[in-house]
Amino acid sequence: MQKRFTQKYLNNRGVAYFCAFVFLCVAMLMGISIGTVSVLPLDILNIIGAEILRLPISNDVDPMHSNIVMNIRLPRVVLAGFVGASLAMAGAAFQGLLRNPLADPYTLGVSSGASVGAVLTIFLGLSIPFIGTFTLPLLSITTAFLTIIVVLFFARQIDRGMRVETIILTGIIFSSFLGAFISLMIALTGDELRQIIGWLLGSVSMRGWDYVQIILPFFIIGSVMLLANSQELNAMSFGEERARHIGVNVQKRKMMVLIAGSILTGAAVAVSGTIGFVGLVIPHLTRLLWGPDHRHLLPLSMMTGAGFLILADLFARTVISPTELPIGVITALIGAPVFAIILMKRRAEGRG
Amino acid sequence: MMYSLRQINGGYGGKQVIHDVSFDVEKGQLFGILGPNGSGKSTVLKMLSGLIPVTSGEVYLKEQPVQSYNTKEMAKIVAVLPQHAEYSFSYTVKEIVSLGRYAHQSGWFQTWSDDDDEVVQRSMKQTGVHHFAHKNITELSGGERQRVFLAQSLAQEPEILLLDEPTNHLDLSYQKELLDMLKEWTEKKGLTVISIFHDLNLAGLYCDQIVLLNEGQIVSNDKPNEVLQEARIIEVYETEVKKHGHPKVPAPQVVLIPEEKWQNEEIITPARLMINKEYITLQSDQPLRVMSSGVVGSGIGWYQTFVNRHVDKSYNCDDFYEEMVDFLIEKGFEPSETVGMMTAVYMDDVVYGFYEMDLFSVLIVVTAGVGNAVDVSMASKHKEVVTPGTINSWIFVNGHLSEEAFIQAMMTATEAKVKVLMDLDVRDKETGTVATGTSTDSILVAATQSGEKIDFAGTVTPLGKIIGKGIYECTQKAIHKNRKRKKETDND
Repeated sequence: MQKRFTQKYLNNRGVAYFCAFVFLCVAMLMGISIGTVSVLPLDILNIIGAEILRLPISNDVDPMHSNIVMNIRLPRVVLAGFVGASLAMAGAAFQGLLRNPLADPYTLGVSSGASVGAVLTIFLGLSIPFIGTFTLPLLSITTAFLTIIVVLFFARQIDRGMRVETIILTGIIFSSFLGAFISLMIALTGDELRQIIGWLLGSVSMRGWDYVQIILPFFIIGSVMLLANSQELNAMSFGEERARHIGVNVQKRKMMVLIAGSILTGAAVAVSGTIGFVGLVIPHLTRLLWGPDHRHLLPLSMMTGAGFLILADLFARTVISPTELPIGVITALIGAPVFAIILMKRRAEGRG
Repeated sequence: MMYSLRQINGGYGGKQVIHDVSFDVEKGQLFGILGPNGSGKSTVLKMLSGLIPVTSGEVYLKEQPVQSYNTKEMAKIVAVLPQHAEYSFSYTVKEIVSLGRYAHQSGWFQTWSDDDDEVVQRSMKQTGVHHFAHKNITELSGGERQRVFLAQSLAQEPEILLLDEPTNHLDLSYQKELLDMLKEWTEKKGLTVISIFHDLNLAGLYCDQIVLLNEGQIVSNDKPNEVLQEARIIEVYETEVKKHGHPKVPAPQVVLIPEEKWQNEEIITPARLMINKEYITLQSDQPLRVMSSGVVGSGIGWYQTFVNRHVDKSYNCDDFYEEMVDFLIEKGFEPSETVGMMTAVYMDDVVYGFYEMDLFSVLIVVTAGVGNAVDVSMASKHKEVVTPGTINSWIFVNGHLSEEAFIQAMMTATEAKVKVLMDLDVRDKETGTVATGTSTDSILVAATQSGEKIDFAGTVTPLGKIIGKGIYECTQKAIHKNRKRKKETDND
């Protein structure tokens, strides 16, 4: 009875979007407000209203607060939001496409692939003429896409049935290989190790608005592509053959989803390093709460993913303040056990 | 013509599985594809749905090459029901059925119209899944799931439905339900159904037309009765089968014959007869193949116990079948394994004879009363009143009879019986003419079905000769005994 009630209540789409939106707003306000210097939520709204929306509000807020919010906290929160949203949507899409809740940019090796591109760009100081700052995300996206293609190719060679356990094992093998490759590059460049490892574990600190600008166009392109394929993802989660019989052009749509997922992952990794498990945990929880329909799963994951990463970042910088933890540590601490639980549940279902 | 296959060849990964296959499927047919494992059934089905390209030849869908349709156009004409659909997430039934409308929607943000909703509702009703429209697919049983995906296929509003062994994982009742549904839709709505069948009998029952494949080639393309020929099935499936008619409808059925030949070592002899005042029984260790007329266990079947029961001349019971069953149970017999007869004759007057030949032997048991003897040629003068009486003849053959031999044995026995009545000048009391039998005679032919194979039992065949002789002798003696007793009781 309890279950039916909660399901009915939560299944109401309006309520779902409302909850997700409120969660995102609260997370943003908390992310901006909390820190070594606290800023009251009301002040935050004032500052945002005055500085961004240019509303004629009497700005009697402390200029230092205004400075902290506009130049440090807000870009950080927005960046964390975009990264979280990107990873969550990419995860939801990969899970739908591969028909398994264990798929995510991190477990599939896509994040590592993107890292290779990013590390190449950062540490070799690459810059492609004409596109300048977009060299970083473009290379990350390219290597991310190449990685998922290679992973899927190898998985198919190992097991024609493409069981997801095979795909994930292949992804993890590629992750390790690419990780070693990155380590090798780092060792050869001889840079300061601590900074690099910090980047590898993922962080959104000290990035500023520049990085928001870098991720924004890719975020828009990637999410629109995925949202346009949400019904196709629904169909493909019943198997590619089934999707084709329903009328989905599987080859084309699958490629679009893989490209969009790589764009989102690559861009996120380019600006923040590898942050694992967001793409695993968020779509899974969202699906449990509001059902697997991708037309709603994608936007809802976008919001909850953004809110989740903002909170994870808040936690990372406050828990042993003034030292900052890499955000990837927090997401892995939450994500790895969830991964284990899903795996165990699946095994149990398989037996039952 | 919905589908036309013209000399198609093809297969997977360079391996040619299909060789020169051509057939046509007409609108409104329930078309079956049969064949042993690896015969290329699934490959042909995948070529029909465009999933596998043909290397040569042409598949025409509604007079157009199948490749000329894009996936969406294709999905509006052809729906495919998988053998067992995979699902990974707990979608609700309605969400899954709604996906069937995909091909009918267009644009980036597919708009859901009232029309779509109506089709979805109708599809769910037709398949009976509307009761659990809001349940999750994970909560359903295998049969329910299959129906959900059938509803999804129907929501595509297809003209053709392709199925790959649709009944494979279903319970017996669901199998029938699904095929009844499909049959009805082909007849009433002109839906064309093309289905792979594993079960020859289901195909024989429901299909209008069957293609039988073997090693990627067509062996037969015809009506079920023609395709399911015993010799052909034995050759293609390389197994021992027997074809026979369905007991209720005119459809061919094929039954397997187990490799381990069933052997009945026992010989039925007079030693097995038990005679007391109330009844005569014979019980065999193994079931015997029996063709009989009687009160219980009549017709053709396998039975182990045979009972001839004495009832009083005044026996009159509306529901004599029930009464007989109750009697059998009371005496400790299992009615489903028993052939039971009745007579007013006293059990002491039974006559039996055992006739041994080199290759077979026959036991004949007769009780005869001729109180209500009838001349069959004058039978119209009689009122239709069933009174127990009568000549009950049992013929047990230790041999292997063909169905033909069973029937001939009955004819031979009847002729012998008529001859006895003529020779003893038994008269029809009503007409005064020579009687040919009594109004309630019963006969039973039982065989052990092991040992010598006996194909015929006509009057001049070895078995016919013995049956004729045995029935004649035993019936004659039995009538003598009956007449003697009658005289004695009349004198009393």
